Amino acid sequence: MAETLTGAEIVIRALRDQGVDTVFGYPGGAVLPIYDEIFKQNDIRHILVRHEQGAAHAAEGYARSTGRPGVVLVTSGPGATNAVTGLTDALMDSIPIVVLTGQVPTFMIGNDAFQEADTVGITRPCTKHNWLVKDTDQLGDIIHKAFHVATSGRPGPVLIDIPKDVQFATGTYHGPRPSDFWSYNPRRKGDPERIAQAVALIEAAERPVFYTGGGVINSGPEASRLLRELVEATGFPITSTLMGLGAYPASGRHWLGMLGMHGTYEANMAMHGCDVMICVGARFDDRITGRLDAFSPGSRKIHIDIDPSSINKVVRVDVPILGDVAEVLREMIALWRERGGRTRADAVAAWWQQIEAWKAVDCLRYKPSDRIIKPQYAIQRLEALTRGMDRYVCTEVGQHQMWAAQFMGFEEPNRWMTSGGLGTMGYGVPASIGVQIAHPDALVINVAGEASFLMTMQEMGTAVQYRLPVKQFILNNERLGMVRQWQELLHGERYAHSWSEALPDFVKLAEAFGCKGIRCDNPADLDDAIAEMLAHPGPVIFDCVVEKHENCFPMIPSGKAHNEMLLGEASTQGAIDAGGAVLV
Amino acid sequence: MNALHIKPGSSAHSAYDLRSNLDERQERHTIAVLVDNEAGVLARVIGLFSARGYNIDSLTVAEVDHRSHLSRITVVTTGTPEVIDQIKAQLSRMVCVHDVHDLTVEAPHVERELALVKVAGKGQDRVEAMRLSEVFRARVVDTTLESFVFEVSGTSEKIDAFIELMRPLGLVNIARTGIVAITRGPGKLEKRQD
Ligand SMILES: Cc1ncc(C[n+]2csc(CCOP(=O)(O)OP(=O)(O)O)c2C)c(N)n1
Ligand SMILES: [Mg+2]
Repeated sequence: MAETLTGAEIVIRALRDQGVDTVFGYPGGAVLPIYDEIFKQNDIRHILVRHEQGAAHAAEGYARSTGRPGVVLVTSGPGATNAVTGLTDALMDSIPIVVLTGQVPTFMIGNDAFQEADTVGITRPCTKHNWLVKDTDQLGDIIHKAFHVATSGRPGPVLIDIPKDVQFATGTYHGPRPSDFWSYNPRRKGDPERIAQAVALIEAAERPVFYTGGGVINSGPEASRLLRELVEATGFPITSTLMGLGAYPASGRHWLGMLGMHGTYEANMAMHGCDVMICVGARFDDRITGRLDAFSPGSRKIHIDIDPSSINKVVRVDVPILGDVAEVLREMIALWRERGGRTRADAVAAWWQQIEAWKAVDCLRYKPSDRIIKPQYAIQRLEALTRGMDRYVCTEVGQHQMWAAQFMGFEEPNRWMTSGGLGTMGYGVPASIGVQIAHPDALVINVAGEASFLMTMQEMGTAVQYRLPVKQFILNNERLGMVRQWQELLHGERYAHSWSEALPDFVKLAEAFGCKGIRCDNPADLDDAIAEMLAHPGPVIFDCVVEKHENCFPMIPSGKAHNEMLLGEASTQGAIDAGGAVLV
Repeated sequence: MNALHIKPGSSAHSAYDLRSNLDERQERHTIAVLVDNEAGVLARVIGLFSARGYNIDSLTVAEVDHRSHLSRITVVTTGTPEVIDQIKAQLSRMVCVHDVHDLTVEAPHVERELALVKVAGKGQDRVEAMRLSEVFRARVVDTTLESFVFEVSGTSEKIDAFIELMRPLGLVNIARTGIVAITRGPGKLEKRQD
C-alpha cells in the first residue's frame, strides 16, 4: 500500500487523493519541484493568481461556495507573507483552506537564507494549525491530517511549510486515513440533557427568536434544511448574522432580515425583547450584540456551537450545547416532536403582531432620487434583475457590503461570500474568481466599493486569463464611504483621508485588462446597463456612479444597545458619545 | 486624563474589551495540559495566553510519554471564573491538545517546585546557610570553600521563604522550575468529556 515517491510527487498525489480539483497559486524558487509535478499531470488544475493574497481569498470563495476546502500553493518568504491576510480572514470566518508554502532547504533554515521567512512562526496565530515538514516520510500524512483539521470541528485555515529538499527527497506515501486515525476529533453530538432543556424552553417560549450564523452554513446543507424545518414547524421568527445569510431563505415567512450594527429594526428589536433566544452557530460578535450589558436583557439563551470557546465567551447563556449544528438540530427536532411538538401559539402570535409593528417602521427606506443613483437603489435593481438566477454574490468591505446584505435576498446557503470577522477590503475580487472557478456556468457578482476594488483589482488579469465571467459591480462613491460615515457621525465631519483624489477611469481600466467596462451615472439608464452587464459573456467591470454622501442606516452606534438604533439622518444628532467613539 | 473622559475602570479603555465592569474576583488555578510533543507546541500555548491577554504565573513543560510523544504542560494562571473557563475552552480546542484538566477544581492535588540556590560566603554566614538548609531539607549539590548550591523543593511559598533567608547570607543566583502538579490518590486523570 505504501509507495516510495518524491516529496513533490507526494504533494500532488495527496491532493488528488483528497479529491482536490483546483489549486490557486503563484510559483517561486522554493516550490519549483511541486510546480514541475503540476506540469506533468492533468487531474489538478492550477489557477495562476496575480498576488498570493488573491490566491487565499480565491480559495476562500471556492470553499464557501462549495463546502469543500480551498487549496493554495505559494512560494517561501514573500509568497507566504502575502498570504497572511487571507489566512487571518479564513480564521475569523471559519473557512477551510489548506495553504502549502515552499521553504528554504532544511539545512539553510535559520540562516537568513534568500526568501526565508519563519512561516510557521508568522502564521501560528492566524491558522487553526500549521506544520513545518522536516522529513519526506511524514509529508503525506501531514497533508491528510491538514485536510482533516481544516474541515472538522470548527473549520479554519491550515498551512504546511515544505522545505525544498523535502520536496526533492524520496519518502514513503500512505493514502488518506479514516478520520478516527487522528487524535483531533471534536465531538459532534449534543448532550441529550441539554437538548431536552432547550426543547423545554422552546415549548414555553412566548417571545422566541432564532439567531443564526455562519455555523449553520459551515455545518453543511443538511443543517440549513433542518433549521428551515424547525422554523416552519415552530413558527418562530428568525434573524441571521452577516455570515449566516441564506441558511434560511430571505423569502421565508419568518425571516426578519439580518441583525446587528446595520441589521433591520425588527431583527434587533426582536433580539432585545425576546424571552427565549435560540442561537445556532453564531458567536455573539460585537457587531451583533452592541452594548453588552444591555444585550437582550430579558431572555433565556440557548447556544449551539461546535467550538467550546465560543460558548460563554462574551454572553453567558442558559443552555449551552456543544456540537455540530446539523446533529444537534436533528436531535432537537426529534425530541420536540416526540413530546408533542408544542409551542405557546397564542403568545407567539401576539409576539408576531409586535414584530409586524416594528416591520412597519420600514427601517431600510431611503430618499429616492431620479437625478443621481442612490446606492441602495442600485442594489435593489441588481437584486431585481438577477433574482431567481443561479447566482453567487461576493462583496468587498464597506457601505456597499452592508447595502448588499440589506437589499439582496439569499434563498440558499453557500451563495453569499463576504469578509465578516476580519472585514478585509480586497476580499471580493479574488473571492469571486474562486467562486466562478467552482461554478463555471453560474452568475457570479462582486458588489464592490471603488476603494476596496483597487486593493486586489490585479486579479482581473486572472479572470481574463481563465475566461471567468465575473461581474464586478462597483458602487463608486469616490469615498471610503464607511470611514466617511464614521467621521461624519463620530468625528465632527472632519473627513481625514477618506476619499481618493485620483481614481482610475474604470471603463478604460477594464479595457486595459481585456475585459468589458460599463459606466452608469443615471438612474434612468441603470436597468439597461445592468442588463448589458448580465448579457456580456465575459468579465465586466461596472462603474456605478452613486451618491457620494449617503449613509448606511439603520445603525446601532458603537456602545449602544439594540433598542437605541439610528434609523436615518434625522436621528444622528449627538447620538454617539465619547465612550462609543473609542470603540471600533 | 484622556480626551474622551473615560471613567477609570470602564470598559471603554480598549476597543475590544466590552466588559462593563472590571471584575475583581480573581482566582488562581493550576491547569494540566496534555499536548503533542511537536515543534512549536509551547509557542502555541504561550501565544494563546499572550494573544488573549491571559496571565501566566508559572509554566512548566516536559515530555511525559516518550512512546506516544506526549508532553505535559502545567500552567498556573489567575483570572475571573469566566476567564478561567475561557482559558480551558481555548486550550481544549487546540489541535495539539489532547486533554485539559483544571486541577484546582477537579481533584485534590499536590503542587511542587524545585529551585537551585547559589549562596557564596565565608565564616558565620556560611555556617548559618548550611544550618538553615537542613531545616528546609535542602540538599547540597555543589560546594566549594566559599559557596554552596542548594537544591530545595516544595511548595512555592517554602522556596520563597528559603530564598528570603539566604538573601542576607550571600545569595548569588536562583534557578526555579516553576510548579508541577499531580492529583492525589491512585486515580488517573480520565480524558475529559465536555
Ligand atoms: C484592508 C482594509 N483596510 C482598511 C479598512 C477600513 N475600512 C473599512 S470600510 C473602508 C472604506 C471602504 O471604501 P469602499 O471600498 O469604497 O466602500 P464604501 O464604504 O465606499 O462602499 C475602510 C477603509 C478595511 N476594512 N480593510
Ligand atoms: Mg467607496
